[in-house]
Amino acid sequence: MADAIVLRPDRGSVSDDLKKSSGWWGMLFLVATEAAVFAYLLFSYYYMAIENHSVWPSSAPSMTLALPNTIILLVSSVTVWWADRQYIAGRMTEAMGCLAASVGLGVVFFGMQLIEWHNKTFTLASDPYGSLYFTITGFHMAHIVVGLVIMATLILWLALGHLSDRRNSAVSIAAIYWHFVDAVWLTVFFTFYITPYLS
Amino acid sequence: MAQISAIPIVDATPELARKLDGIWTSGSGVLGWLSSVDHKSIGIRYIVTAFIFLLMGGVEALIMRVQLARPDQHFLTPEQYNEFFTMHGVSMIFWYASPILSGISNYIWPLLLGSRDMAFPRLNALSYWIYLFSGIFLYASFAAGVAPDAGWFNYVPYASMDYNPGINIDVYSLALILLGISTTVGAVNFIVTLLRTRAPGMSINRLPIMVWGTLTASVGNVLAVPAVSLAFFLLWLDRRFGTHFYDVPTGGQPLLWQHLFWMFGHPWVYAIVLPAMGIVSDALPVFCRRPLFGYTVVALSTVLTMVIGFGVWVHHMFATGLPNIGMSFFSAASFVIVIPSAVAVFAWTATIALGRPRMTTAFLFFASFIVMFVIGGVSGFMTAAVPVDWQLTDTYFIVAHIHYVLIGINVFPVIGGIYYWFPKMTGRMLSERLGKWCFWLTFIGFNVAFLPMHLTGLRGMPRRIYTYGPDFGWNTLNMISSIGAFVLAIGILLFLVDVAISLRRGARAVDNPWDAPTLEWAVPSPPPDYNFVVIPKVASRHPLWEDRLGETGERSLLNRGWALDDGRETLATTSIDAEPDAILKMPEDSFAPLILAISLSGLFVAMLAQTVGGGVLALCVGFIAMLTWLWPERVTFRPVEESHG
Amino acid sequence: MNALLRKLGKCGFRLFLASVLAGLGSAAGVAAPPLGYLQSFGSKADSILNLTWGLLIISILVVVVMTALVLWAIFRSRDVSKDERGLENIESSKRSVHVFEFGLGLTMLILIGCVAWTMVTLAAIDHPHEKPAFTLEITGQQWWWKIRYLSDQPSQIFTTANEFHVPVGVPIKIKLRSKDVIHSFWVPALTGKTDLIPGQINTTWLEADKPGVYSGQCAEYCGAQHAHMGLRLIAESADKFEAWRKDQLKSASEPAASNAKAGLVVFESRCAGCHAVRGTSAGGAYGPDLSHLMTRATLADGTIPNKGGYLAGWIADPQHIKPGSRMPRVALSGEELQAVTAYLRTLR
Repeated sequence: MADAIVLRPDRGSVSDDLKKSSGWWGMLFLVATEAAVFAYLLFSYYYMAIENHSVWPSSAPSMTLALPNTIILLVSSVTVWWADRQYIAGRMTEAMGCLAASVGLGVVFFGMQLIEWHNKTFTLASDPYGSLYFTITGFHMAHIVVGLVIMATLILWLALGHLSDRRNSAVSIAAIYWHFVDAVWLTVFFTFYITPYLS
Repeated sequence: MAQISAIPIVDATPELARKLDGIWTSGSGVLGWLSSVDHKSIGIRYIVTAFIFLLMGGVEALIMRVQLARPDQHFLTPEQYNEFFTMHGVSMIFWYASPILSGISNYIWPLLLGSRDMAFPRLNALSYWIYLFSGIFLYASFAAGVAPDAGWFNYVPYASMDYNPGINIDVYSLALILLGISTTVGAVNFIVTLLRTRAPGMSINRLPIMVWGTLTASVGNVLAVPAVSLAFFLLWLDRRFGTHFYDVPTGGQPLLWQHLFWMFGHPWVYAIVLPAMGIVSDALPVFCRRPLFGYTVVALSTVLTMVIGFGVWVHHMFATGLPNIGMSFFSAASFVIVIPSAVAVFAWTATIALGRPRMTTAFLFFASFIVMFVIGGVSGFMTAAVPVDWQLTDTYFIVAHIHYVLIGINVFPVIGGIYYWFPKMTGRMLSERLGKWCFWLTFIGFNVAFLPMHLTGLRGMPRRIYTYGPDFGWNTLNMISSIGAFVLAIGILLFLVDVAISLRRGARAVDNPWDAPTLEWAVPSPPPDYNFVVIPKVASRHPLWEDRLGETGERSLLNRGWALDDGRETLATTSIDAEPDAILKMPEDSFAPLILAISLSGLFVAMLAQTVGGGVLALCVGFIAMLTWLWPERVTFRPVEESHG
Repeated sequence: MNALLRKLGKCGFRLFLASVLAGLGSAAGVAAPPLGYLQSFGSKADSILNLTWGLLIISILVVVVMTALVLWAIFRSRDVSKDERGLENIESSKRSVHVFEFGLGLTMLILIGCVAWTMVTLAAIDHPHEKPAFTLEITGQQWWWKIRYLSDQPSQIFTTANEFHVPVGVPIKIKLRSKDVIHSFWVPALTGKTDLIPGQINTTWLEADKPGVYSGQCAEYCGAQHAHMGLRLIAESADKFEAWRKDQLKSASEPAASNAKAGLVVFESRCAGCHAVRGTSAGGAYGPDLSHLMTRATLADGTIPNKGGYLAGWIADPQHIKPGSRMPRVALSGEELQAVTAYLRTLR
C-alpha cells in the first residue's frame, strides 16, 4: 500500500493526513463490501423468518451471555479508539496497552460466544434457524478473529518501533475495521435477540 | 496547495526520463514477470487471459450450435450438452466479460488520469493472479469430466445435493467465490485510484467517460458481488455440511437463492457493459473529429443506470408466483432504466451526426455497436412488461437479447477499443485491411446468428434443451443461426490473426496516430514503465485538442511538471477538484501477491477436497505473505527541501 | 468508398427490414408453430398478445428509426472543404439540443404509456372473469406432469399424465406443485409461464376459446431431460369433454385375450411398484398413471408417438430413448415384453 509522506514538517492537524493515505480509503471500501455481506446475510434471515413464520422460534434466545458480550465488544471499541488517540499523540506505550486491552476484550467476547454456541440446543444442520444462527454469528466470529490478528500485529510493530508518529495511519485504519466489526455485531444482536420481541 | 511548491517544477528532459527508467523498470526474465506490479503488464495479462476464456466459451458455443443445427441430433448426450451450455455461460459472463474490461481499464486508467500507476499496484497483481487461478480451478473440472451442469444461474433445488450429488456444483461454487475476491479487490483498486491519483486539474467533470463507466461498475461490484459469493457459500454449506438454507423438506427456500443471485446478477450485467459503453463514448468522438455530444448527461446516465440497476432484479423472477404489487414495481423500474440508455444512444448518434466520421475499423465497430445496443435494448424493454415476459422468458428470445447486449455492448467495443489502443500498447498499428474483413465477418456472422433467434424464441423454442423435435417449426432458423455462429467465429479468428501478424510486422505507431485528445496519447507508444516523465497538469477534457477547440483559454501543461523522482512516486490529488495533496510512495516489485494468490487458491482446493490440514497450511502461508506485504518499512522523515532540492 | 458503403448500408437495411417482416409473418401465420405465441386462443392469452404486439411494433419501429438515424449520421453529405486534421466546431447548435430533448421526451412518453398498458393488462388477467369450471392440480417432476382433476366429490377425482382435456369457453384453475426441482408450466397459445416451485403452491388459470390441440412445454431447466417434458392440452366442446371425463373415471376392465391376461400378471408384478392402473392391484405413485394410456398421443411425455412398436421399444430400453429418465431398464424376457405390451394396449 502506498504511504503518504507529510510534506510540511510543521503541519499540525493529523486528521487531514489520514485522508491522504490510500490505505484509509482502501479500508473504507473493504468495510463497505463486508458490510454488504452482512446485509445479505441478514436479508436471508428476515426472508426465511417471514416465509417460515409458522415454524420459526417464537421466543428470543436468552440474552444472559449475549448482552454482557455486546457491552464487552462496545468497550473494546472504546479502548481501540483510545489507543488511536494515544498513538496519534505519540504515546506509544499507552497505545500498546490500549490495544492489548482491546485484544483481551476481544478474546473474552470470542470465548463467551463459544460458550453460548456450546449451550445451544440446535446445531448448524438442525433447521433453517440453526443454519442461519451459526452461519451469521460464525461470519462475525471470523471477522473478530481477523481483527484480533490485526491488532496483535500492530502491537508487535509498535514494540519493534516500526510505527513512528509520522506513520500515523496504521492504527487508525485498523480502528476503522474494529469499529465496523462492532457495528455489525449490533445489527446481528438486534436481529437475533431483539426482533422476536417486536413481532 | 502551498506545500507542493516545495517540490520544484522541472522540464521533461531525456536525463529525467533515463533516471525514471532506472527507478521504474521491472526485473527481467520469468522472475521479473512474476513479481511485476506494473499496471500495463498486468492489464495485458488480463486481456490475454480473458481472450483465452472467450475462445474457450466460443468453442463450447460452436459445439452446441452443431448439435442444434438440425433436430434430433445426439452426438452430445444430454449430460454433456448441459455441461457445455453451463460452462459457456459461466466462462463468458464471469471469466471473460468483466476481466477483459478490468484489463483494458487497468492498462489505460493511469495513462488517462495522468498518473504513474494504480493506487494499489500489488493489489492489482493479486487480483490478476487470483483471477487466473480461479479460472484454472474451474476448467480443471471440465478436464476431469465434472463440469457444473445446472446453468450459469445454478437454480436450487436442481443444484442441491439431492439432485446433483457430484462435485460439479461445488467446483463452480468455490471457483466463483475465489473469483469474487479478485473482482472485489480490483474494484476497490479502481475506486481509490480514481479518488486519489488523478493528475492535477483533472476535476471530476473532466474525466473520460470510460473512467466513469469503470468507476460506476466498481462501486456496483463492491456492493453486489457479496450477494453471489454468499449465495454460493450457503449452497456449499447446504451441500457439504447439511445446512438448510435451500432444501425444501426442512423449510429451506429455493427462492432465497434466486433473490440473492439476481440481487447480484442484475447489477453485474451493467458492470460488464458500462465500461465498454465508456470506451465508445471516449473513442467514437475521436473518429468523428469532435468531442462527445452531451458529456454531462452521458456521465450522469452511466451512474443512474447502475443505481436503478440495483432495483430491478425481480424481473428475472416474474414467473415465480410473486404478488402482482411487488412485480409491478420492478416492472416499472425496468422500463425506467431504458431512459439513461436512451440518453447515451442519442448522444453517440448526435456525435456522429455533428462530426466528420473517419471510417476506420474501430469506427465501424463503434458505429455498429449503437445499432446493436438499440436492438438488445428493445428486446429487454419488451421483457419489462410482466405478462409479456411470461411468454418471452426462458425462450430463445431471451438468448437473442442477452447476446445482443453481451456481444453488441461488450465484445464490439472491446475489439474496437483494441483497434484504438493497440498502437499505444504495442507501438504497432493493426492492419486496417484485415480489420475491415474482421469487422464485416464478425458483424454479419453475429447478426445472422442472433437476429433470427428473436423469431426462434417467438416461435416458442425454450432455452437449455439439448435437442428438439422436427415438427416445432424451428429447423431452418436453427440452421441459419448455426451458420452465422461459424461466420462470427471466423471473424474473431481473423482478429486474432491480425493481432499476431501486427505484433511482428505492423506499421510502427507514432505517439498519437489517431490525433486523439486524451493524455495517453501524449506519451510514447508503447509507454515507458513510468508513464509520464513529469506529472501533467490538466486544464480541460481534451488536453491535446485545446489549441484547436478553443473551448477554454487555459492550457494543459504536459512538458513541465513535478518530477517525483525520489524512488517510485506519484501524485495524490483531492477527490472532486484534483488539487495536489500529497506524494504517494509506490511499492517495488514483489512476489507477495503471487504467493498470497497461490495460498488462497490452495485454501479453496482444500475446501473442495474438504481437508482441514491443507486449509490450515494454506491460511498460514497466506498470512505470512500478507505480513510480508504489509510490513512497514523503516522510513526516516526527510523534509521536502532536502529530498527534492 | 463512402458511396459504396452508403449503397451497402441501404441494401443491408432493406434486407433486414424485409426479413423481420417475413419472419413475423411466418410466426403469426396460418401454419403457426405449435409452441409459438404470436397467436392466441383464449381470453388470457389474447390480452397478453395485444401487449406483446404493441411492444414488438414499438421495438421494431425504434430499431428501424435509430438504424436509419445512425446511417444518416454517418453518410449525410458534409462540406468537404474542411482540412483533414481539423476538428469540428463544437458549438452545439440550439437545434441539436432541441432534437436531443425531443427524442428523450418522446422516449419517456412511450415508456410511461407502456408502464400503464402493462399494469392494466396485468390486472385484467389476474383472475378469470367468471368462476373456474374446475380445478386441476398439476405436479411437475423429472420429467413428466402428473395431472389430477379435483372435485368436491371424491368419486369424481381422477389422475392422468402429460395429456389432458378441457372444455372450451370456460376458465380452468390450475394449482401447480413440484415434487422435486423447479419446473415451469407453459401452454403458449393459452397462457404465459408459471413456475412450479417445491415447497409452495402457485396458481394460474387458462381458458381455451376454440377446440383444438394445444402444445405446452416445461420452461425452466430442470435437468437432463428438460428437453422432453412437453404438455398436450386438448380443448373440446362441453359434450365431448364430459364424455372423455366419464371415460377417464372408469377403471380398467379385465383383459379378454390370453396374451393380455398374461401381460396383466407381468404388469402387476414388475411395473406396479411405480405405476398405477385403476381396477388392478397396481397402485404405484412414482411414475405416470397408466389407466387410460392408449388415449394419449405420445409416450415418455412427448418424446415418441404412442403407436406401432414404440411402446415396446420404450419398455425394453427407456434409457436409450430418454437417457436419464427415471424409468429403469426392467429386465423382461421377449415373451413378457410382448405380453405386457399387449395388456397396455387394452388400456383405453
